[in-house]
Parts: sequence; C-alpha cells; structure tokens
Amino acid sequence: MKIQNILLPAAFLVALGSSSTTAAAQDRYMTRTGHIAFHSATSVERIEADNHKVTSVWDATSGAIEFAVLIKAFEFEKALMQEHFNENYMESNTFPKAAFKGKLTGITAEQVKQPGRYDVIVEGELTIHGVTKPMKSKGTVVVDASGAVKASSAFAVKPEDHGIKIPGMVRKNIAEEIQVQVSLDYQKM
Amino acid sequence: MIRTSCLSILLLFATSTLFAQEDLLKLLGEEESGPEYTSASFKTTRVINGHSLENTAHGVLDVRINHRFGTLDEGLGNFFGLDQSEVRIGFDYGLTDRIMVGIGRSGYQKTVDGFAKYKLLRQCESGCGMPITAAFVASSSITTLEKEFVPWYSAERQDYFTHRLAYSFQLVLGRKFSERLTLQLTPGVVHRNLVEYNEESNDVVNIGFAGRMKLSKRVAVNAEYFYVLPNQLREPTPAELAADPNAGPRNCLSIGFDIETGGHVFQLHFTNSTGMFERAFITETTNSWLDREVHYGFNISRVFTVHEPKKPKG
Repeated sequence: MKIQNILLPAAFLVALGSSSTTAAAQDRYMTRTGHIAFHSATSVERIEADNHKVTSVWDATSGAIEFAVLIKAFEFEKALMQEHFNENYMESNTFPKAAFKGKLTGITAEQVKQPGRYDVIVEGELTIHGVTKPMKSKGTVVVDASGAVKASSAFAVKPEDHGIKIPGMVRKNIAEEIQVQVSLDYQKM
Repeated sequence: MIRTSCLSILLLFATSTLFAQEDLLKLLGEEESGPEYTSASFKTTRVINGHSLENTAHGVLDVRINHRFGTLDEGLGNFFGLDQSEVRIGFDYGLTDRIMVGIGRSGYQKTVDGFAKYKLLRQCESGCGMPITAAFVASSSITTLEKEFVPWYSAERQDYFTHRLAYSFQLVLGRKFSERLTLQLTPGVVHRNLVEYNEESNDVVNIGFAGRMKLSKRVAVNAEYFYVLPNQLREPTPAELAADPNAGPRNCLSIGFDIETGGHVFQLHFTNSTGMFERAFITETTNSWLDREVHYGFNISRVFTVHEPKKPKG
C-alpha cells in the first residue's frame, strides 16, 4: 500500500513530464552559436564586428522569439576598436547584454517541419545599452531537405536611439545607422 | 490520493508552461563561458614614465613619442622650460596578448633601451576569479655617448662596452577596482653595471606606486611615484647642500592627464624626472618639486594594427 502510494504519482509524474517535454520539443528551437555581424561604413572608416555566441530560443507554436547577445563577445579586427566599443560606447560592464523579445510571424509550427523558404516578420522590443525600443524587421526562415532550420534578418540601428553618445570628434567615423545582420542555425530543443 | 497528486502535477505542468512562455531563454539555463579578462585598466601601456598593467594587444604596433621640456623654474627667459626638450621615440609591439616587446631611443645620454613585458596573471571580471593583474618587465639600456661624455669618464679608465649597460626588473601588480579607479604597486630593481661614485650601489631597489582615476570616458588623471629605498644613491656633500638645499637624489613624482581620442592617447603631465627609461627616472632624478624643478611633458601613443590575429569562429 505504501509503495503504491508513492509509485503511482511518480509514474504519473514521469509520464506527464516526458509527454510535456516531447510536445514542446517539437516546436521549440534554440541556438547558442548564432551569428550577429554589424558594420558601419563611412568615407573615413569602416568598422565591422562579429559575434558568434548569440543565444536565441524560438517557440514556433506561439511565435515567441528571444535573443540574448553578450556585448563583449563582439570581435573586431582592431583590438583597440573592440576596447573602445566596450568601454566608451556600449559600456559593457554596466550593460553586458543586448536582448530582443518579440514575435516571429509568417510561418507555422507545421511549416517548420517541411523544407521551404519562408518570408517572416519579426516584431518586438530591442534592448541595447539598457535602452529598449520597438523594432520590426523582415527575415527569412529556410528549412532544407535534411530538416535544418536557418533563420536570418537584417536591420539598421541608430546608436543615438539607444542612448549611445558619439562625440563630435569621431562623428564622421561612425555611420548614422549601423547595419546589423543576424543569421542563426536553429536546433530542436 | 491519486487524484490529488494528479491535480497538483497538472497544476505544476500548467504553471511551468506559462512560465516558459514568459521567458524562453531561461529554458537554456546559464551559459558556460570562458574567463572574461578585465580590460582598459589604464588608457595605455605606461602610467607616465613607468609601465602600467596594460599590454599592447597582439599584432598591434604602438609608436610612442615622449617629450619632456625644461623645468618650470627657468622662468620667462627660457619660456618656463619650453625652449628645451628631451625626446624618447619608441616602438612597442604585441607578440601575443600577453607578451610585448619594445625599443626606444632617448636624447638623454644618447641611450637606446629595450624591454620585454609578460603578463603573468590577468584580472578577471568573471570565469576565473583572479583579483589582480601581474606583469613582469625586464628592460635594459645602453648609453651610446662618446667615451669622454659618459658621467663616469676618467682618462685612465678603460671604456668597456659592459660599463654602459644597465638593467631594470619590475613586477607590476595592480587591480582595476572599478570602472574609474585603478591602483598598482611596482616593486623593482635597477642594476647598473658601472656607477659614478663609490657610495652608490649597483643594484637600486625601488618601489613604484601608481594610480588612475577616470574623469570621463576619455579623460583620466594619472599619478606615479617611485620610491628608492634609502642608502643606495649618493647623498649630496655639505658643500653641495649649501649651494642648493634641495640637491641630491630625488624620487620621481609625476602627475598628469590621459586623453584618448580614438587611435591616439595623449598623456600630458608634470614630472621632476628628465629621462624616460627606468635607469634614468628611477636612479638619476635630481630635480625637486620643492624647487619648482618640474618638467612639463607629454607622451603621444599611436597604435597601428599591423597583424590581425585569427580569431576562433563559432
């Protein structure tokens, strides 16, 4: 009797637990190695950086999508640029991460399981340098024959919108709008 | 019994799904990331005269032009020292992020100096728990003056090449306490192969104190003091003291500003030392702040990315 009392709920727990995780796993996708690149092109200077440690989770059922981007993981060709990016502009000790939280529309959970190319819209709130702004961008989700899911998007961000001050002395070196490209290889969770 | 268990499990399940949709990223848990080293404890690799906690990054060439005018006490006639100048031109290069080397040429006793600097320990923001940075600096200098002009010249003394050499070894220990404040301690020893007076020791043990306080993102105030332990340098004779009450060996004290403008760092300062390499500013400073024998000076650092190290992808 005592054993039954413990075993029965435990069995339920296992059954429920496993069924719930599989149900979710079919629809949720994640990556820890997403790529975000940005560049600023002016006649004076070209500034480029890459971050290959972008974390993202996408729930294809609800459309909810989130990103976390470690600012110090952006790598520049010039070490001093990277130092100034972190120290003077992004203040990455105070604001270590940029984040995005929103919805991805234009693709259903069923479509993600079939090969194809889908034009999508991403809309939500983008937080950079501690300042949150609404953001909307077009994107593409490509599902190839093997079932691999790739998502990409490109958009522009104005540093001033996020409270990033650029002194007059270097204003000509940095573009008014920074071009950002996102590309992700999602894996099923 | 079973019913209540089921109910509670269902409730648990429902709340967990709800929660998951609130914060998807929490599903991934905490990221495992490597150590994150503290950066920009100083604007450049020198506090003023001495080495700071920073190294030139891998593949970066730092061209440094250091300039010391004459002393302020020269008055209007010499435009408060601006009519005279001492220059050191130097080239530093980062072999790796932890090893840098450099050479320089000073007008002061026509000296060529070279150094290697290795970061033994690196302070971490996260991931390794190291609270301090430690760097080892080994440098040497050689005066290329004609033999009649070296300070220890005498007609009967043979001019050996080795007599012209001096060395300095320093351990730079410090910590960036906050975004604004960095403090460092630099115990070291200068070895001079030949000294001018019997009373002087060839090895001069010294300890440097330095710090910086950022005033804004691009401007910082730096100060630096090298204390030479007593009874190593020659004290002035009573006759010399009578002529100049502030005569004698002095510890090097410097204070100034760092101004960073992108690729350049300008260091503007006041210092009582004339030379800009370790033997000169630690063991050969004779000017006194009390006598207004203070030099206005500047260092200009300009970095060039010569080699772009391949960064690991993914």
